Amino acid sequence: METLLQVRDLSIRFRTAHAFTEAVRKFSVDIAAGETVGLMGESGSGKSSVALALLGMLDKKSTDVSGSILYRSRELLALKERESQKIRGAAISIIFQEPAISLCPVMRAGQQIAEVIHAHKRWNWQRCRTEAEALLAQVGLKETSRIFAAYPHQLSGGQRQRVALAQALACSPELLIADEPTASLDALSQAGFIALLRELKAQRQVSILLISHTPEIQASLADRLVVMKSGEVVESGSFEDIYANPKHPYTRRLLKRASASAPPSEDKSAAKALLQEQPS
Amino acid sequence: MTNGHANAERRSESASLVEVRGLSKEYVQQKPLTREKFVIRAVENANLTIRRGAITGLLGESGSGKSTLVRCIALIEKQTKGEIWFEGVNAADFQAAELSRLRRGVQIIFQDAASALNPRLTAAAIVMEPLEIQRKGTKSQRRERALELLERVGLSAPWEHKKPLEFSGGQRQRLALARALALEPKLLIFDEALSHLDLASQESMLELLARFKDERQLTYLHVSHDLEMLRNIADEIAVMCEGTIVEQKPTTEIFAHPEHSYTQDLLRAMPPLETICQERFAHESP
Amino acid sequence: MRYVARRLAHAILLLITISLFTFVLLQWTPGNFFDAMRLDPRVSAQTVEGLRSQFGVNQSFIARYARWGRSLMHGGMGYSFSYDTPVAPLLWSRAKNTLLLAGIATLLAWIIAIPIGIWTAARKDGPSDKFFGAGISTLLAIPDLVLFLILLMVAVRTGWFPTGGMISGGFGSFSGWEKIKDIATHFALPAAGLAIVMLPMLVRHIRSAMLEALEAPFIRAARAHGIPRMRVLLRYALPAASNPLISLFGFSIATILSGSAILEVVMSWPGLGPLMVQAILSRDVYVVAGIVMLSSVFLVTGNLLADVMLFVSDPRIRVEQR
Repeated sequence: METLLQVRDLSIRFRTAHAFTEAVRKFSVDIAAGETVGLMGESGSGKSSVALALLGMLDKKSTDVSGSILYRSRELLALKERESQKIRGAAISIIFQEPAISLCPVMRAGQQIAEVIHAHKRWNWQRCRTEAEALLAQVGLKETSRIFAAYPHQLSGGQRQRVALAQALACSPELLIADEPTASLDALSQAGFIALLRELKAQRQVSILLISHTPEIQASLADRLVVMKSGEVVESGSFEDIYANPKHPYTRRLLKRASASAPPSEDKSAAKALLQEQPS
Repeated sequence: MTNGHANAERRSESASLVEVRGLSKEYVQQKPLTREKFVIRAVENANLTIRRGAITGLLGESGSGKSTLVRCIALIEKQTKGEIWFEGVNAADFQAAELSRLRRGVQIIFQDAASALNPRLTAAAIVMEPLEIQRKGTKSQRRERALELLERVGLSAPWEHKKPLEFSGGQRQRLALARALALEPKLLIFDEALSHLDLASQESMLELLARFKDERQLTYLHVSHDLEMLRNIADEIAVMCEGTIVEQKPTTEIFAHPEHSYTQDLLRAMPPLETICQERFAHESP
Repeated sequence: MRYVARRLAHAILLLITISLFTFVLLQWTPGNFFDAMRLDPRVSAQTVEGLRSQFGVNQSFIARYARWGRSLMHGGMGYSFSYDTPVAPLLWSRAKNTLLLAGIATLLAWIIAIPIGIWTAARKDGPSDKFFGAGISTLLAIPDLVLFLILLMVAVRTGWFPTGGMISGGFGSFSGWEKIKDIATHFALPAAGLAIVMLPMLVRHIRSAMLEALEAPFIRAARAHGIPRMRVLLRYALPAASNPLISLFGFSIATILSGSAILEVVMSWPGLGPLMVQAILSRDVYVVAGIVMLSSVFLVTGNLLADVMLFVSDPRIRVEQR
């Protein structure tokens, strides 16, 4: 598998009025084409800063960034704003945690998707809008014309997040960054959304950087796992390896495991019942 | 009206601390420009039993009405319909003085501690506040009690002079807990209080709560959408959906034999980590 | 629809109350038009009495108010003592001039303020923001009157602009084009003055509304999708910032008649301003009342317009029941 993204020793420091805050220290990761890498850690671990760095959206005035981010052999940290803008939303795109506030409240949902397409391709508006409506269907939305014309506040949380996903997939990115994509969804919408991501992963061969502190979500989607705590990587490897044998105590806690090599304790009867009820 | 003797008997007999029967809460709102009235039914015909000394979980999504229900139970809001029975007596039968005592007996700890605590008061003042409002004891007695409580929750010596903003999220919740315990309540309600805490804080908070429960014979109601957490700590779980309680059963029962379709959907949507991994590894085995 | 009907009913009630209030105040101010006349030894007492009864000034307050109210409903607004002509046509002719001046000045102010507001918000704390900020603060600090006098001085010293009035002496004999040119030169300084005076508040409001909109998470999200900066500013931030601005625009309309009074007096523009001042001084009761009523109508209409425009433009306000 070819390596799409190579991050080496990424360090991010925020300059506040009086002091420095080190958000990320020597973060390294490789993401191959079609691979889903899970970035697991709690709030304050620096995960979102990594995402912003990949998009070139860290504020140059108040942030010190060092290290290297190679995307297809291009150094992302050295790009000018204009070049960065071409990559954002097209080659590398992102969906945020709360679609209610990441979608523009005064623009119709379909138009917002069309805007992303228009920003990157030389198509006329009509074509952009048609494509936008097609994307709505691809993310599993049923009443596409109604949702196209709807404003975000007229949609449910699950629908909003799917619109945000359509925006992110509009220009067929190679890398999709999902920053806690289901955190603000209720349990049922969450399950649907994860299933959707799984489907799209298979269909589109897109790499995903899945940022989430919830092990259940990582278990559902991640091929490899990178565990972050306080800005540093504490453990990384394939999901299977880490799950079977979590070395770092923090990883163990996150994966709710009592000790390194103890088999997972489970309520066998409940698990059996659930397994039986799983739709085949 | 029933007489006091019968009340006392009933109180000692009932195992249930709180019983909610057929509670409904409606809000009448006006559309912004036309001033048309429309009704929002936050809670509709909810029934809930909270057994004394148990940990009851209230599982529901945002918008299910759980926060509203809980505020009615704490007598912060008045329900539109239905009854709340405390230790076998209908709250509606209580006089003002008794009601005041009841309110002391139920305390809520909210999700966002930062906004629930007065940012201008020191920690000690925050814990003393309920005592002042209810006029318990002298000033020095209140202060003593406050400091004692702060120590019990692990916020001793220098912390009593600090203001909430100087605390971490977990510490703030512990401060809120100390304040809630000041009036010696019987029932503590946690409204998503642990959702935004990091793992370490969550664990230590749960430990603290377990200790307090044993020491002071408390009853807990945990409102949460976190199935895993409820599975670990709750004795009984009530599932709330669209304003009504669809099911209330002991925890193991809920997981083994969920009856209502919503509960079944919910459980299917949130399988535990082990199950997901098992399925995953099963697919991958050569 | 019910909403509009209700607002109209409120508006009418408000106008009636204002009319009563104005009338009461005017009648209670000491002296009336005819007192000045009475002091003049050349006018006999009988003439004064005759004039007084002719104008109904010696009738009771309620009778006078009723008479005025009735004529108001027919479009008349009473009679001007000083000008010896019905008030309504007098007001209209002056109001036209004021509307011309204030209308164009308001438009000008908004057209200049919007780009400045947007630009300084986008480039917050940058050199251009500081520059414009200083300029706006200075303008704000200078009293309006001083500004108008400065403009007047410019007119006098340079001779480029006439120093007052709306038209020159031989206006009647000008060709169509010359007429327009003439009015334009007379109009330039007053319009500029009015616009400059309105500018600071507008720029500040626009800037702060934009700043608030730019703080919102969806702006960062739009940029994360690679939407160009300018488009984010104009197509995402500006519409989101428009709520307070629409209200402000309504306010601009509401005060269009009243805002220019001082300017008109200083620069001798034949609008409602000088008329109002003179009418007050000479106790020309019905003229004053008429001007107040007209201004009130604009005020109320402006506010109503702002509310309706808000409803139409912001989808969030149109709550739907699910």
